[in-house]
Amino acid sequence: MTMRGYPRADGRKGIRNVIAVAYLVECAHHIARAIVTRCEDIDVHLIGFPGCYPNEYALRVMQALGTHPNVGAVLIVSLGCESFDRKALQEAVAASQRPVDTLVIQETGGTAATIARGVQSVRRMQAAISMIRSIPMSMSDLVIGTVCGGSDGTSGITANPAVGRAFDRLGAEGAACIFEETGELVGCERIMASRAATPELGRELELSVHKALAYYTTMGFGSFATGNSEGGLTTQEEKSMGAYSKSGGAQINGILKPGDQPPTGGLYLLDVVPDGEPRFGFPNISDNAEIVELISCGAHLTLFTTGRGSVVGSAISPVIKICANPDTYRKLSADMDVDAGRILEGRGTLDEVGTEIYNAVVRTATGERTVSEELGHQEFILTYKTFEPIGPACLPMRQSPVRRP
Amino acid sequence: MTSDARLMLLHPEDDVFVCCSSIAAGDIFLIEGQPVCAAKAIAMGHKVSRRHLAIGAKVRKYGAPIGSMTVAVSPGDHVHLHNLASDYLPSHVLDTGNSEAKR
Repeated sequence: MTMRGYPRADGRKGIRNVIAVAYLVECAHHIARAIVTRCEDIDVHLIGFPGCYPNEYALRVMQALGTHPNVGAVLIVSLGCESFDRKALQEAVAASQRPVDTLVIQETGGTAATIARGVQSVRRMQAAISMIRSIPMSMSDLVIGTVCGGSDGTSGITANPAVGRAFDRLGAEGAACIFEETGELVGCERIMASRAATPELGRELELSVHKALAYYTTMGFGSFATGNSEGGLTTQEEKSMGAYSKSGGAQINGILKPGDQPPTGGLYLLDVVPDGEPRFGFPNISDNAEIVELISCGAHLTLFTTGRGSVVGSAISPVIKICANPDTYRKLSADMDVDAGRILEGRGTLDEVGTEIYNAVVRTATGERTVSEELGHQEFILTYKTFEPIGPACLPMRQSPVRRP
Repeated sequence: MTSDARLMLLHPEDDVFVCCSSIAAGDIFLIEGQPVCAAKAIAMGHKVSRRHLAIGAKVRKYGAPIGSMTVAVSPGDHVHLHNLASDYLPSHVLDTGNSEAKR
């Protein structure tokens, strides 16, 4: 089985060839959605930002998404008076040599006219990007994220460590593997720091978790939902230890923030908690906000583990769903790609499920659709945040020659 | 020492087992060779005490501390929100009527 990717001007390769229709304020959401709906194409995806106030982080993430390897072309839908810098977004996409159009509703004649123009624009883009031929892709071209959602007491003993096994193998073969949510690493900071490539990076890993703890303490809640406790989890640090096992056992090569691309293969932590004093509310208000940030770092696909049973997918990058709980799997098997809960019933081992996840990654990168893609899941959410650039100790591998064969 | 097949020990130093197949109220199960009768049902994914744990005792799972006891427990007791609390952040729980353990 050969993985294939669509070549992009920056040298990256995409495992999908998606047209992103991006609204820049909630006031343009309906029109952008109507364009996507009328195109009736599984590879035309809706993304957007709801706020009218400017935000550097949101612009950076939207630029990263508009130039993501899985994206072939971008249609920008602006109301006209919002503060989002549509010119900067348009320029970033154009500079990446992708087709891009901007429709400004206030200049295009309103709802019906903008929808009609948008559909025409997407049709032209479909014709243009259908000319791009996929080429063979190696493991070192691949960036893979992982996230957990709807965790329970089974997550940390089946699906999460099985993802860890898959990550160890994928990373050793050259893929960049990203785990995240520092708020769900509270309690694991010392153990995690001991796996850092350098002592300075270890210190940064601990600091990123301290930042998360301070932030969530101000918010008044940890990253812990009612379903977590119904599923047997009692404390934040217990949930954290289970979540942490998704990272496997490899050396941690660096820390990324949203929009940063991993400079080498191997394992990276994505720091998703804003810098500075808490300003805009909870770091990630739902699982898809985390997935969007993984994609902003270049993730071609996301490994999503769930115990209680999440059904989500994502815009732009496919989601592979790995079910931790055998009872949940029986109820929601039509929403799951991998049955990891069978380990608890003696019908498989961690190594076997890890291999199954690895194989699902390869199949998805050959173009095979995941279950959530087939079901039409294209969730997307992006909200306000503030970040400082990563510090010099966060990417020790950047100083070494970057090896991406 | 033998324990029930429905209970999983994740690390040799752990203070709790994880229930990997539901235990019904009234079921007899073994904790370190000693029979215990389940006072209430214990669902998959929930924790069962491996030993006596005093108030304030740190509890280990995965070989790592996951919080401190707020109520003393005996071997075989269900360990959850009613007797264990985080050392970092409080756990918010919505009363959906499903939660068998409320604070």
